Amino acid sequence: MSAVIENHHDDHHHGPAKGLTRWLYTTNHKDIGTLYLWFSFAMFLIGGAMAMVIRAELFQPGMQIVEPEFYNQMITLHGLIMIFGGVMPAFVGLANWLVPMMIGAPDMALPRMNNLSFWILPFAFFILLSSLFMEGGAPNFGWTFYAPLSTTYAPPSVTFFIFSVHIMGASSIMGAINVVVTIMNMRAPGVTLMKMPLFVWSWLITAYLLIAVMPVLAGAVTMMLMDIHFGTSFFNAAGGGDPVLFQHIFWFFGHPEVYIMILPAFGIVSHIIETFSRKQLFGYSSMVWAMLSIAILSFVVWAHHMFTVGLPLAAELFFMWATMLIAVPTGVKVFNWIATMFKGSITFETPMLFAIAFVVLFTMGGFSGLMLAITPADFQYHDTYFVVAHFHYVLVPGAIFSIMAAVYYWIPKWCGNMYDERLGKLHFWLSFIGVNVTFFPQHFIGLAGMPRRYPDYALQFADWNMVSTVGAFLFGVSQILFLFIVVKTVIGGKKATDQVWEGARGLEWTVASPAPYHTFTTPPKVD
Amino acid sequence: MNPEAKKTLRRLIIAVPLMFAFGFALVPLYDVFCEVTGINGKVFQSESAEKLLTDEGRPLGLQFISTNNENMPWIFEPSEEVMTISTGQYYTATFYVKNTTDKKMTAQAVPSVAPSNAAAHLKKLECFCFEQQELAPGEEALLPVKLLVSDKLPGTIKNIILSYTIFDITEYDDETIAHHDHDMEH
Amino acid sequence: MAFKHLQNLQNKLISALLFFSVPTKADWFALNMTRGVTDISNEVFELHMLIFWICVAIGVVVFSVMFYSMYAHTKKKNPVAASFHENHKVEIAWTIVPFLILIAMAIPASKTLVKIYDDESGDLNIQVTGYQWKWQYNYLEDDVSFFSNLSTDMDEINNLVPKGENYLQEVDEMVVIPVGKKVRFLITANDVIHSWWMPAFAIKQDAIPGFVNTAWTKVDKPGIYRGKCTELCGKNHGFMPIVVKVVEQSEYDEWVSGKREAAMKMAELTTKDWTAEELVVRGESVYAVNCVACHQTNGQGIPGIFPALAGSDIVLNDKERNIEILMEGVQGAAMNSFSYLSEVELAAVITYTRQSWGNENNGDGEIVVPKDIVDYKKPKI
Repeated sequence: MSAVIENHHDDHHHGPAKGLTRWLYTTNHKDIGTLYLWFSFAMFLIGGAMAMVIRAELFQPGMQIVEPEFYNQMITLHGLIMIFGGVMPAFVGLANWLVPMMIGAPDMALPRMNNLSFWILPFAFFILLSSLFMEGGAPNFGWTFYAPLSTTYAPPSVTFFIFSVHIMGASSIMGAINVVVTIMNMRAPGVTLMKMPLFVWSWLITAYLLIAVMPVLAGAVTMMLMDIHFGTSFFNAAGGGDPVLFQHIFWFFGHPEVYIMILPAFGIVSHIIETFSRKQLFGYSSMVWAMLSIAILSFVVWAHHMFTVGLPLAAELFFMWATMLIAVPTGVKVFNWIATMFKGSITFETPMLFAIAFVVLFTMGGFSGLMLAITPADFQYHDTYFVVAHFHYVLVPGAIFSIMAAVYYWIPKWCGNMYDERLGKLHFWLSFIGVNVTFFPQHFIGLAGMPRRYPDYALQFADWNMVSTVGAFLFGVSQILFLFIVVKTVIGGKKATDQVWEGARGLEWTVASPAPYHTFTTPPKVD
Repeated sequence: MNPEAKKTLRRLIIAVPLMFAFGFALVPLYDVFCEVTGINGKVFQSESAEKLLTDEGRPLGLQFISTNNENMPWIFEPSEEVMTISTGQYYTATFYVKNTTDKKMTAQAVPSVAPSNAAAHLKKLECFCFEQQELAPGEEALLPVKLLVSDKLPGTIKNIILSYTIFDITEYDDETIAHHDHDMEH
Repeated sequence: MAFKHLQNLQNKLISALLFFSVPTKADWFALNMTRGVTDISNEVFELHMLIFWICVAIGVVVFSVMFYSMYAHTKKKNPVAASFHENHKVEIAWTIVPFLILIAMAIPASKTLVKIYDDESGDLNIQVTGYQWKWQYNYLEDDVSFFSNLSTDMDEINNLVPKGENYLQEVDEMVVIPVGKKVRFLITANDVIHSWWMPAFAIKQDAIPGFVNTAWTKVDKPGIYRGKCTELCGKNHGFMPIVVKVVEQSEYDEWVSGKREAAMKMAELTTKDWTAEELVVRGESVYAVNCVACHQTNGQGIPGIFPALAGSDIVLNDKERNIEILMEGVQGAAMNSFSYLSEVELAAVITYTRQSWGNENNGDGEIVVPKDIVDYKKPKI
């Protein structure tokens, strides 16, 4: 692809505004991407601190550090913050930075809505975190907030939790609308759908998923609000309602949600493996079809989270088979990544290390997911640490590693400086070891019989819990190193070239490093 | 913004409240889905089950369970815990209930049938679960349920459990409690 | 924030010492699911291992290719990358083959599931009700009914004494069932959603308020089997275990008659004349099981969350209200009704609170006898 080299002396655009209000009022996709990324990093550290409290309590049997009521608040907030404050905003931040540049567009379609989408997030999380100091404490019913524990039996802060979730949902929906309109309507001429970079494809699909299911989550929490405050009985059997209905509505959102949290990761990994294998990505069109299949299938598998609820046999069989089916397109993607590496010309810079670790460890999470899909076996796994191990494998060395990979990969483009490669590799190895020491033993304790959301446990689980805690602290401390590396890179470092990486392809590598404040104000010519 | 983009934007914006409404629509859609597919059949109050009457039914065990939600302080017990019945015939079972407090109270009984694939074949013509039950302090009553188990019940089922949970709904507003005429299954 | 408050220096020291002690019965070899003691649980175990080994095999094959590539196709060893980026034959193959493998997994899985759902009547039906935070068992045919509470001492949980072998896995009343008979469990809940899990039987069903779920088992081997609550149900979700003792039919029959006798004796106890001392002794054990989690061993509660009973105006001076609260709970608060306890237990625990922690010197001095509870239950018109 050839492109017109962007000249940043353009009479129609000013550089960034001066002062702190620049960040408050900015409508620039690069600024907003930066805001989202820093916000998500801060949330990651806060959610991580809560994980440390959890693992510290679980270091040994017995209650040492916190009371069970507070422990339940920690596990609830840890989940909510990591999902809605960590992973999702990070992917939106990456979308903001990269999608316009990758398709040769000057900015997102709706720049002011973009600003709003970001700024309501700190507000929402301020409300959520302040619930820790409210009477009755923070939400304590798990991030999945099943009724009636989250309605009739909830602390007063549940109303603030609902308000907070509405705001987060609004942010995601607006962001998703922005992404779809941008991708569908602002691609430079020549950038056809089947020529779009895979990260753009992954976000197009993710955005449609968000628009489809975030309103359903809003519906679920609104029904909760009505049950709690307005005397309705959606989930209350006394009034003719059904606690299980909550689970159906929640997981109808919840299952597509987990694909929302992994599809952009797939896109990122495809880019990075292609670049560092110096070989065109294998099977582009099947990668697109795989992501589409996964997204569509994600709508019809929700009840695999509910196998023990008392569903009829026909439903259990259907959901088992449909869930197993998702392994096919997912497998195709894994094979394609490996086929890209095969007979390539590979180097192992930090982004590639994270991407390779993703492929292996996410696949392991996929295997435990396949085991969970088998309904009769799930009766033994459900609500145990086996599930905790599964989703942490797909989310931490899955989604989070892909985000770290993306930061290492694109930060030279964003700020014009190379990160310190030795420190980057150190961060990788510490994180890799940390993540496996933390979560691999959780398969054991889950299979051996330890349920999840337990602040204390029987003695046979003690050894592996202790190991898991040690791993968690190693992983946690390593992220301080990551913070240091990022700050160090932003402040200064070896200057990056425009191309940055030898094998990198894509429009974003045709602009200068750091990328000018406004790029592609005139569309590039793309063959 | 070009007109194409405006069109996309309009469609997406409309999609949002549509999906929100879909979330709420899941509530009744759920019942409809179960009825249409026959999975876990919802049982409605049957006006009459005359078509199902037969003298060639087979014997079946019927067991009754009672639960007091949140330890609500009424006595609530089946008059007979087990009944041997025949499919295709009417039977009336009763539950003894007594308000042991010194306040007037209102309760709602919620039924549940096990195994779940028996629910479609259990027809209730009268049931105290169809209405709220109000008892004065110390008052007691014998609440009836008139039912018929259709002979179409799968042959592998030899025993049905009919369970009722009573909930204290005294402090609920009358207008906000919905009366439901059908069993609750999921 | 609710951090642990240790009472005094001695407790602090003991706790510190025990913090670093190695717990007994910790187990590096607790790695896998149990085979269990029923046909179904063995089938489930085999299914689990089958899927596991298939995943391992796939992983080994796939990752070997990848690791080989990471070794042989580095820039140094392979400076010029190949240029292929698709291969229809291979892509079709690696779509179809996994699909076939999935079918091979789905067939035995579906068979086992159908077996589990084969819900004919049982020889024995036990209603299981989940409460915050205990289980109630009601044997429908044999007319036996009891609660089952965690019996591990709070001192063990608070690291003041060493933990017993069955820490957090022991209860005051076990579920007893006969070996070789089909037992059906009818599972429901009293308040929030709980879940009844017996790994040794491969049974897990959610306990949902207002609904009944069924599960069945037929155990081949006598023994004691331990299970857990597996749905977040509030504060003490981790502290309401399940213990099932499987015995020969004759022993089961004896147990049933023993339980029936005890129930009759309890009825007699209601009418006997109790002294304050007897009530306090009985009440202390009732308190330890039912009240200590919130109101604490020292009756101080947790400020702002659970009220103190020591020095409480109601406990000291308002016998009527005291009984009313136990019988009906407190609207809008976490205090539920405890009317399911026997009249003896209720009278004993109220008397215990009125006669402990200095309350005996400060209040109206009244005790509550079982007859008071019986009277409360009579209609007042």
